[in-house]
Amino acid sequence: MNLNRRQFLVLVPVAAAAWQYVLAGTPQDAPNYQLTEHWWGMLLDITKCIGCGNCVRACQAENDVPDEYFRTWVERYLRTDWNLTTPEVISPDGGKEGFPAAEEVKNGMYFFVPKMCNHCADSPCTQVCPVGATFITPDGVVLIDQTYCLGCAYCVQACPYGCRYIHPTKHVADKCTLCYHRITKGLTTACCENCPTGARQLVDLKNPNDPIHAFLKTHDVHVLKPEMATGAKAFYNGLDGSVR
Amino acid sequence: MKNFRDSEHLLRFAFLFAMLFVLFLVARHFVVPKSFGEYGHYRGAAIAEMAAPQPHFAGQSACEACHTDIAAKKKTGMHSGVHCEACHGPLARHAADPASVQPLKLDTAVLCVRCHAASAAKPKNFPQVAAADHSGGLACETCHHPHSPAIQGGGAK
Repeated sequence: MNLNRRQFLVLVPVAAAAWQYVLAGTPQDAPNYQLTEHWWGMLLDITKCIGCGNCVRACQAENDVPDEYFRTWVERYLRTDWNLTTPEVISPDGGKEGFPAAEEVKNGMYFFVPKMCNHCADSPCTQVCPVGATFITPDGVVLIDQTYCLGCAYCVQACPYGCRYIHPTKHVADKCTLCYHRITKGLTTACCENCPTGARQLVDLKNPNDPIHAFLKTHDVHVLKPEMATGAKAFYNGLDGSVR
Repeated sequence: MKNFRDSEHLLRFAFLFAMLFVLFLVARHFVVPKSFGEYGHYRGAAIAEMAAPQPHFAGQSACEACHTDIAAKKKTGMHSGVHCEACHGPLARHAADPASVQPLKLDTAVLCVRCHAASAAKPKNFPQVAAADHSGGLACETCHHPHSPAIQGGGAK
């Protein structure tokens, strides 16, 4: 094929336009002002949690979560003084109806740990999705596009916190949306709204007036599985080392 | 053999390749959703779709907008941090249409012990009672008003 200069110059812009079209699916920065104003997370205060299950019930009422599936759930730990790494953990029906009364133990301690999607900044679940059905929004919430999800459950396996499930009737992945339909309307999440002790707080890390910034400086706050470098944004105050 | 030219073979391959590429572009145009790639490797319109549903819980400020008397009373007591819907349930429909949707009457025998039943697992500073010993079968609201639970004229605050 012999191209002269004229033909070459005609073809280059055509090829460039075609290539631009191919590249249209690659990531770009979010142009939306409001989305980039926020960076959502959650503060979970173990020292305040009483294991009443209000958050679990509220989540199921707000988000129509099917029975026996949980977007948030509460675990009760019994960590004995002689066995620091293998605590006894129970979560009857996700802690939805509370927990059975516990007797005082001499060499150990009880505590409740509310669990939910950590809305990781470097989320393993979004990295493995083969079709781009799960993603982190510009305001830091990991969501699922259920019209796009194939239900392959790769993300369910990838989540180190066990926060995802395949919806029994929709047959697509489902999980906590951080009540995205509420926080975008200026409300707090259903679980925070219903927590009677303030053990759960929605936090906006981009808001300089959010009390979370002072709290993080003055308290012993950890995330779950920090060794996995997921950039988890569910911050736990008073987290015991035995919690997995 | 002397008329053989390599470029003719290459031209056919190039033509085939170009046709397949055009076919790929056409197929891609119809298969990929319009908003895919708007913010990242996902359908941008999904964000608005996830934000669209209406909440079931109206939120504390919606309650306080009308029920100012109860909000004022609640601020004086130990339940000041407990939001209305934590006990009364999801009432966004009541907030939207107060006349036709009324909240259900609550059963304090179930509701109060959900939080206040004694258990060694709860934080020690949280007020908790063994319900049977504490009241002798009396309903909680006989002594404690749920909106401001301290007993009038003394008792535990």
